[in-house]
Amino acid sequence: MSRQVFEGIKVADFAWAGVGPMVGRELAQHGATVIRVESHLRPDSLRTGGPFKDGVPGINRSGLFAAYNTNKLGISLDLNDPRGQQIAKKLVAWADIVSDSMRPGTMARWGLDYESCRRLNPSVIYFSTTQQGQHGPHRDFQGFGHHANALLGISGATGSPDRAPTLPFTAYCDFIGPWYLIIGVIGALLRRRKTGRGMYLEQSQFEAGLSFLGTHLLDCEANGHVVSRMGSRDRYLSPHGVYPCRGIDRWVVIAVTDEARWQAFCEAIGEPGWAGDERFSTLAERKRNEDRLDELIAGWTRNHTPQQVMTTLQSAGVAAGIVQTGEDLLGDPQLQHREHYRTLEHPEIGPHAYNAPAYRLSRTPCSIDRAAPCLGQHNDRVYREMLGQSEQEIATLRAEGVITSDPQDDA
Amino acid sequence: MAASILAEARVEGLLEGFRVLDLADEKGQLCGKILGDLGAEVLKIERPGGDASRRRGPFHHDHEDPEKGLFWLANNTSKKGITLNLETARGLELLRHLVRSADFVIESFKPGYLEGLGLGYRDLELIKPEIILTSITPFGQSGPYATHEATDLTASAMGGLVRILGEQGHPPVRMSCDPQAYCQAGVHGAVGSMVAHYHRELSTQGQHVDVSMQQAVVLSTMSSAETYDLMGVNVSGTGQAYIIPRPEPLGPVFLRFIYACKDGFVVCYFVGGFGAGVKSSRALADWANEEGMALEFKEFDFGQWNVFGMSQQEVERYFDIIGEFLMTKTKEELYEGAVKRGIMLAPCATTEDIYRNRHLEARGFWQAIEHPELGDTLRYPGAPVRPSEASWRIRCRAPRIGEHNEEVYRGELGLSEREMVALQADGII
Repeated sequence: MSRQVFEGIKVADFAWAGVGPMVGRELAQHGATVIRVESHLRPDSLRTGGPFKDGVPGINRSGLFAAYNTNKLGISLDLNDPRGQQIAKKLVAWADIVSDSMRPGTMARWGLDYESCRRLNPSVIYFSTTQQGQHGPHRDFQGFGHHANALLGISGATGSPDRAPTLPFTAYCDFIGPWYLIIGVIGALLRRRKTGRGMYLEQSQFEAGLSFLGTHLLDCEANGHVVSRMGSRDRYLSPHGVYPCRGIDRWVVIAVTDEARWQAFCEAIGEPGWAGDERFSTLAERKRNEDRLDELIAGWTRNHTPQQVMTTLQSAGVAAGIVQTGEDLLGDPQLQHREHYRTLEHPEIGPHAYNAPAYRLSRTPCSIDRAAPCLGQHNDRVYREMLGQSEQEIATLRAEGVITSDPQDDA
Repeated sequence: MAASILAEARVEGLLEGFRVLDLADEKGQLCGKILGDLGAEVLKIERPGGDASRRRGPFHHDHEDPEKGLFWLANNTSKKGITLNLETARGLELLRHLVRSADFVIESFKPGYLEGLGLGYRDLELIKPEIILTSITPFGQSGPYATHEATDLTASAMGGLVRILGEQGHPPVRMSCDPQAYCQAGVHGAVGSMVAHYHRELSTQGQHVDVSMQQAVVLSTMSSAETYDLMGVNVSGTGQAYIIPRPEPLGPVFLRFIYACKDGFVVCYFVGGFGAGVKSSRALADWANEEGMALEFKEFDFGQWNVFGMSQQEVERYFDIIGEFLMTKTKEELYEGAVKRGIMLAPCATTEDIYRNRHLEARGFWQAIEHPELGDTLRYPGAPVRPSEASWRIRCRAPRIGEHNEEVYRGELGLSEREMVALQADGII
């Protein structure tokens, strides 16, 4: 097997929850050694939230924690204890990259802020990511990704026009920031190869999210238009929407992108007459009569499964797709072809599906081979083999709770 | 001296000195923008007359014009623009010539199209062994759906995002602030390009980066597939509430997250029992109490609020009490108060609110870009990450059609005036 892209790159991963850990995951999937530092005293919020294996809560049973920590090693350490901080500093000295997603000021309290880390490791690359960044009047804002969705305008722009804003069932803003951080960190690694100097990268996840709103921000800036909830309609296309299908709570999406495809659509569903119907003959007319048009289309889709609608319309060159559920994603033949989900064995969860990156590299494919760590799973390996602590030191640190353990195990 | 060297290092972008040929349509244009904002020289190559994405609305001052498309302007900053017809022999020859000077090529054609022109990865590699070809397509280069037609809506649905938006009892929806699927594909294209770039810098080997928009969307759905894999449950949009599953006979409880206020809506986490909610809910109740409202919560111990045991009616009553207080204030009053008091509350902002956000202003987030041709200066979203010793910023506004034809074809490739005229006449540029 060929050498992994980031083989030899070492990450001291102090980040927690969603955004920060996803950066280390991507590097680990391409060969970096990433050590997640955690504590039983204040476990990662993802470990205490679901979904849990079989719905049974447990510190090592969370699907969210598993998803964002693939391929990492995990240690437990009390960073509020000065001896814990000393060990953390050894990790910083060992690392190429240090990650932070704590509330502003937290890492400084532990002596692990960028300036302190730079004294220990002059060429360290260090990133801090929080919802609103390290400075500014709202830097201490507290919230989940759902709050960031609201700030970004995503909540206000998702739902039906006649209903209140909605809460996407995803902390969507959390799935924008990490990708930019990975780009920045890789750029910093290459810069360091040239200059020998490290770098500090600061991120406000809210700001990163706004990069996905560019068109709508400019539309407000230039035209005073405010993007609002349009259900699944599109300002410039028709038909365009989500339609009911055969089965319980089954749906399909259809997007007709030009006049030729409108003709093809009508032919494909056996209603060639619609193309000539003056209510629907032009985009402007279809927009005017969109409610009626959508009803007619729903009358057809209701008799078919989403798969049948997709196949029929795609054969005619019309964009259509299944509104896929979680179950559908796991069974999707295209995602299987791409090996998107990789099954790994986890000590407590058992076999479970882990995401691959969205891209495939022809020469240096990713390698996804280790399930997310249980809390403290790699303590021995990291403290003894990588940081050179003696058996006895480790035993003492463990007995005194510096290397934390599950309180239930001690009982 | 040292200071000036530092200042110089500070302004240099992380991709300064690298060249990108950007052949992508609307599905992949964000990728090139990111590389350009990092300092790479990006040549956006459009068909004569301009890329189709220029005709995507909305437009500046609602004036439909390929030089005024706001999607185009937002996603093509920091690029130079040239026109080139790839479906002519001379056009292909010119492109091959440009490939020699390039480090990255980004494209989003249907799988197989470039191979058909003799410009697939194998061909490019022969021209320039270190080249990185980044292909951004709806489903990737191969597989059962590889040739499917796709738009933002269909990719969002196939990636599982549509299913988890909307409300119970209503059809699922897509995000109206479109095209999120294209943005996801673009940023993952840039990540893949950077991973390949790192490898090239160490090895001098290029490679093909094959991006799937569907997978990029899947990675934004948080836990859809995971929840099914672990619990056998399909999650879906839950409207204004968040669902906590509970064993029968209680069944799931809906926690209200979205509340109406005086001038709109806010997202507010008013839940006790565990975690950060206890402190936040206490702080919100204290605020309401100060104003003589929600007095029922005056002595209430939020640590005792047991969402795992209460009925839906009981929690609704709590939500109604605090909702009454929230109705007395504006989004901004609530938000400023929340930041000060440590309450987990944020406004459901509109794009207008975002431009007025004083935190973004104080952080110097916006980047004002002049558009002399439009007679306007527009504030663009600034850097998604702020590196300490490198610049991440918009270098220039999006190019006009063929704006850099002269510079590239004459200045760089050395074509004569006469050749330029001929190329134009033949519809090649």
